[in-house]
Amino acid sequence: MKAFIYERARTPVEAAAAVAKDPNAKFIAGGTNLLDLMKLEIETPRRLVDVNDLKLDRIEPTRDGGLRIGALVRNTDLAADKRVRKDYAVLSRALLAGASGQLRNKATTAGNLLQRTRCPYFYDTNMPCNKRKPGAGCSAIGGFTRAHAVLGTSEACIATHPSDMAVAMRVLDAVVETVRPDGATRAIPVADFHRLPGNTPHIETALMPGELITAVTLPKPVGGEHAYHKVRDRASYAFALVSVATILRKDGSGRVALGGVAHKPWRVEAAETAMPRGAKAVAEGLLAGARTTDQNAFKLTLAERALDAAMAQARS
Amino acid sequence: MAKSEDLSLSRRDLMAATAASAAISGAPGVAGAAPSDAPSVVEVSLEVNGQKRPLKLDTRTTLLDALREHLKLTGTKKGCDHGQCGACTVIVEGRRINSCLTLAVMHDGDKVTTIEGLGTPEKLHPLQAAFVKHDGYQCGYCTPGQICSAKAVLDEIKAGVPSHVTIDLTEDPRLTEAELRERMSGNICRCGAYSNIVEAIGDVAGGLA
Repeated sequence: MKAFIYERARTPVEAAAAVAKDPNAKFIAGGTNLLDLMKLEIETPRRLVDVNDLKLDRIEPTRDGGLRIGALVRNTDLAADKRVRKDYAVLSRALLAGASGQLRNKATTAGNLLQRTRCPYFYDTNMPCNKRKPGAGCSAIGGFTRAHAVLGTSEACIATHPSDMAVAMRVLDAVVETVRPDGATRAIPVADFHRLPGNTPHIETALMPGELITAVTLPKPVGGEHAYHKVRDRASYAFALVSVATILRKDGSGRVALGGVAHKPWRVEAAETAMPRGAKAVAEGLLAGARTTDQNAFKLTLAERALDAAMAQARS
Repeated sequence: MAKSEDLSLSRRDLMAATAASAAISGAPGVAGAAPSDAPSVVEVSLEVNGQKRPLKLDTRTTLLDALREHLKLTGTKKGCDHGQCGACTVIVEGRRINSCLTLAVMHDGDKVTTIEGLGTPEKLHPLQAAFVKHDGYQCGYCTPGQICSAKAVLDEIKAGVPSHVTIDLTEDPRLTEAELRERMSGNICRCGAYSNIVEAIGDVAGGLA
């Protein structure tokens, strides 16, 4: 690990300013992903700005009947919150399907959104990777691609976003709130928060340098059966091959977002009009434009069948 | 004449001494590097097993390395050092975490409980006694992490924290084998003592539902 200066920020604006003024600075909250990457020298910040004292650890009701989740709310606390369990069960389910108890105790809401891909070529510093070194090339393309993206990929990158939580946030139409070094705030719909890789896979989110996430807001509850189906190689403590976050209503209408298939949580609102006609009809629009390899083409079948299973469960 | 303490220098002390001299011999390289490469040293105070432990640490020191290398509390084990195996699990401010994936400097003033703080060879913690009784280990390397994790798991269930296998999210979770297996999945045991570990934890909890 490279040496770094450590400082604790007292206010969100102070934290944002500290990171904005130093191109080699990074925020640290839970640290479960960042420190792992620092040990491997994939991340080499020279200044860490600890944001744990910023008091962004509350879950509060919003005026329009939703919930505002502080950036520092730990994954365990968010999943266990009685309001979330009752009104946003898909979010609890997604969180509980991710990582381990130890990691969820440390990992934060904002940090979960900002975690990096688990593409093995991103982790292997001996292999070229456009995320680690823009322009170096992508070792995954033509490599071992069973776990890689099948939607929204580019010639530069076929990595997936590993978060379960973000998939639930996407199906709930969550909004990411941020503050910038000058104190200006903005609200970014989670749909626009993560970027597709395109020619710049190293730029993963809509955040500007130094911009700090302060909260994630959920709109008022969406009625219906909430579920999160995660398909993985182990029964617990593994990343998704495919995951399906669903909110399904008795009349057959509903929403669906996919994890494990793209560089961001994958949702196609237009495809949801086909919900009453079943998973196959939805999959046609949801998975349109997929680009697969021999090793990961199974993800399309798996996504459709996982959605079908979720629909069957909601009907029973 | 050498004192008896010198003669009883343990393998562990010897390894620590060797590591220290290696660090000193490595120092000139560090000194010659650009200022930004120089280690940053800070003061931090941990409350470990009820005792205040002030330390001067390189900011890079993980909580795990602070415990093992600086405080010589080697009960907490380093397995993968990447948060994948759970051998380094300790309880910080009442919650289990992977001590390898957090910096000591982030825990100034925090209460840390390690396996040394749960029980002693003379007075075992009920979980330690149950692991012995149920053969909840073979090589024992993952055991301190398993036991710290298990203690926190029982507290989490008591506090009503749900898990991936909790059937009804609106109800408090029940103490079942499935719940224990899911909640302990962040602790890997390569000897495969899992079923005995579940029995040991269930025994301490007063039986499974």
